[in-house]
Amino acid sequence: MAQQLVPGGGMPDRIADVWGTRTPHDRDTPWPVRVDTHLEEGVAEGDVDRWVRSACVLCSNGCACDIAVRDGRMVGIRGRAGDVVNHGRLGPKGLYGSWQWNGADRLTRPLVREGGRLVETGWDTAMDRIVERSRRLMEEIGPLSHGFYTSGQLFLEEYYALAVIGKAGLGTPHMDGNTRLCTATAAAALKETFGSDGQPGTYTDIDSCDAIFLYGHNMAETQTVLWARVLDRLYGPRPPVVVAVDPRRTRVTEAAGRTGGVHLAPLPGTNQALMNCLVREVIENGWVDREYVAAHTVGFEELAATVAPYTPERAAEICRVPAGDLRRAAEIFGTSDRVLSTVLQGFYQSHQATAASCQVNNLHLLRGQIGRPGGGVMQMNGQPTAQNTRECGADGDLPGFRNWNNPRHIDELARLWNVDPLTIPHWAPPTHAMQIWRYAEQGSIRFLWISATNPAVSLPELPRVRDILRREDLFVVVQDGFRTETSEYADVVLPAALWGEKQGTFTNADRTVHLSEKAVEPPGEARSDLDIFLDYARRMDLRDRDGGPLVPWSSPEEVFRAWQECSRGRPCDYTGLSYEKLRGDSGIHWPCNDQYPDGRDRLYADGIFPTDPDFCEAYGHDLLTGGDVTPERYRAARPDGRAHLKAAEYTPPPETTGEDHPYVLTTGRTVYHFHTRTKTGRSRRLRDAAPGPWAELSPGDAAALGVAEGDLVRIESPRGAVEVPARIGRGRDGVVFVPFHYGYWDTSGAAPDGRPRAANEMTLTEWDPVSKQPVFKVAAVRVTRLHTPGAPRPAAK
Amino acid sequence: MHLSTYVGLLHTSLRTLADAFRQVGDGHAEEPDVHHICHVLATGIDGHVDRLAPIVERYGEHREEEPERLHAAGLDSTRSGPVGLLRDLQDLYMLASLTDITWTAVGQAAQGLRDRELLDVVESCEQDTDRQLSWLRTRIKQSAPQALIAAS
Repeated sequence: MAQQLVPGGGMPDRIADVWGTRTPHDRDTPWPVRVDTHLEEGVAEGDVDRWVRSACVLCSNGCACDIAVRDGRMVGIRGRAGDVVNHGRLGPKGLYGSWQWNGADRLTRPLVREGGRLVETGWDTAMDRIVERSRRLMEEIGPLSHGFYTSGQLFLEEYYALAVIGKAGLGTPHMDGNTRLCTATAAAALKETFGSDGQPGTYTDIDSCDAIFLYGHNMAETQTVLWARVLDRLYGPRPPVVVAVDPRRTRVTEAAGRTGGVHLAPLPGTNQALMNCLVREVIENGWVDREYVAAHTVGFEELAATVAPYTPERAAEICRVPAGDLRRAAEIFGTSDRVLSTVLQGFYQSHQATAASCQVNNLHLLRGQIGRPGGGVMQMNGQPTAQNTRECGADGDLPGFRNWNNPRHIDELARLWNVDPLTIPHWAPPTHAMQIWRYAEQGSIRFLWISATNPAVSLPELPRVRDILRREDLFVVVQDGFRTETSEYADVVLPAALWGEKQGTFTNADRTVHLSEKAVEPPGEARSDLDIFLDYARRMDLRDRDGGPLVPWSSPEEVFRAWQECSRGRPCDYTGLSYEKLRGDSGIHWPCNDQYPDGRDRLYADGIFPTDPDFCEAYGHDLLTGGDVTPERYRAARPDGRAHLKAAEYTPPPETTGEDHPYVLTTGRTVYHFHTRTKTGRSRRLRDAAPGPWAELSPGDAAALGVAEGDLVRIESPRGAVEVPARIGRGRDGVVFVPFHYGYWDTSGAAPDGRPRAANEMTLTEWDPVSKQPVFKVAAVRVTRLHTPGAPRPAAK
Repeated sequence: MHLSTYVGLLHTSLRTLADAFRQVGDGHAEEPDVHHICHVLATGIDGHVDRLAPIVERYGEHREEEPERLHAAGLDSTRSGPVGLLRDLQDLYMLASLTDITWTAVGQAAQGLRDRELLDVVESCEQDTDRQLSWLRTRIKQSAPQALIAAS
């Protein structure tokens, strides 16, 4: 079944019909193929010179696709029918967003700051400035003066090269990515429970489950193709029951109602109380698989004791949801044959993020619902390239899921890179992003290299971030495809190639690896991020122990092979993969090695977890404070391949409402702007569908405030404000929703010019104690009606 | 019986420690994790004071008259900057360590007296004190290199 989506050709417009035509199917039958194609207006299939293999980078699905190229330009895209992830489908973002950035405003030459202004220059001048500053600081202060804040949007090869340069070349612990804002809690929850990062389940579990729980995961808007997969089950025979935890009413929560499931709408900041209640109910009602728990877990007694006080009545009071709904949700979890859970930002970017996400893992362990078809956990990502930061160590992890607290793991890396183990910073976990920014604020980090991300819009408390970027003593390098709010504060701006203009691999949330080939040349003098990092290493003359070049690579494929060696024997083993193999029909799951030559679709089917003290990625933390569990104590618990049932009490969030700020602000994403405005923002169709931000108020709150649909309102927290049109509906009373990722590049440049609109003007500088993920979902605000301009455009209908 | 002296010592230590956590939290409010977790831990210590109340009632508490010999003084003020943070966290570590070992001593007496109620209190509260120490150790280890090498 093929869907041709040519604008003006009378075919479905996927802005209006986000998920496309249904292809219903029965449980345990393969998801039918539906090939989605979109070509630029005036281009027919016969006009395409060649189709180039890639995968979409606009959400964590990583749908396999081919890029249409004509006369050296990207002119369209088509889903790949044979791929395990999407069976040919693409979402509106993939169809309209990924390739349409051949616009005139790309960065094509490096820029340097001269007399306060950014002016064009050549690569030598730009790189010389970077290297001169870098060398001087290395001599004066040492590697602790350097910070690297990267992305979730680069390719595996780029992250690995950056990790080696930073950790083995310079020796700085200050490396992290914007994945900290997005998937850090997924990684943290997996490490705490299972001993290592790595997604246990696969997307195929959707085809087999009887119940699907979505925790803070508006899948219908953030992962449209995955939601299409759920819809195809819901419209087929034997559909699964849906349970959704979300303070807003969404397509997902509506599906919960239709399928006889439950929509739980907790007050933002109370997830942990809700989860403790669900765990308690499963235990109290005897839905626990005692045999599985005894054989494959540790920590049951402490978990049971911690959750015991969270009766449905108590949780109902804290979360402000009906106690009966909590009981019903627990019953669905406790009595369904095959339960699939997915978790995303409603948990990750909220208070007690890791603790609440670990409770989801706990529910699955208690019922032995892990590693089998339909019984799986998905701790989701925002984008398919994000997993690679975590694997390769360009964020706050070590390459190959190695444990910073295990000297043997450091020795392995030192041998691999041929450097002194003391060069590799491992006295504490690598510095997390929020702390990197704090060090820059205090002046102890003086060189900050920002690649492929836009912290001046995406970090919390933007007035503070702008002040840091403005600091005289901070040398800022920005590497990106376009000028952004952040680049306007840079000392040097480097033009980078984007998707389709460079080669590399990436790995989606369910561990499926795809190869993305170079379809076209980057514009002007733009270079791939890999080439830029390698150029820096050469100019810095970074050497190994024997005086050889530390990073001798020149092509992505060489870096990939080096990475394979680094991953050997680790949970994310890539040794069985190759570029050649990835040019086959379909993406391949890691681990892929001698034991699993075609990849392993589900982890932990055998109930054996990577918790052995010599193997595990982390010894774990106290979930309440983030205090490290010591190696000695970890060993004493004798996990030996069993998973950890970890627990924590509920505590109130760091900011609560009061007289001055009576509403809870929650921020988030909606379909058209998510991951398109964070990347380029240049897709015309997506921009037209959601050109500006808004504030959603519940009908009750709107009436009390005298606000009508479309009225301009001012939403203000103790830190900052936005002035945006109001939209009424969907939310619960007492809660205001504002979409983020809207900034100022397309209005006034780097900062608000009279009318602030970035949600992060208001959010808190606070983070989860374990994952260090910022709390974007809870802040106290007040709402004031300003006046009534034209009505805003609707979101997805 | 000198248990009342130690119950009094514990009672005072707990209140001193809770105050000190709040003081350090507020004094370093620009470190959001320090601010928030110090307050969470201080609230937890308030709970210990409540749990100790029936014990105080039963054994009484004898207030030591030479405070400088048995009681650790609280904090007069907090310091500023990265090294100041490190020093303040160290002060908290000292106070929490004193509480920890006092729980141990009281727990030993509870064993000797076969006092199950007191044993329960000691066991659960000492775990929390351990959690305080673990967080302080983690945060100090994280802060030390930057404060001692790179901070101006």
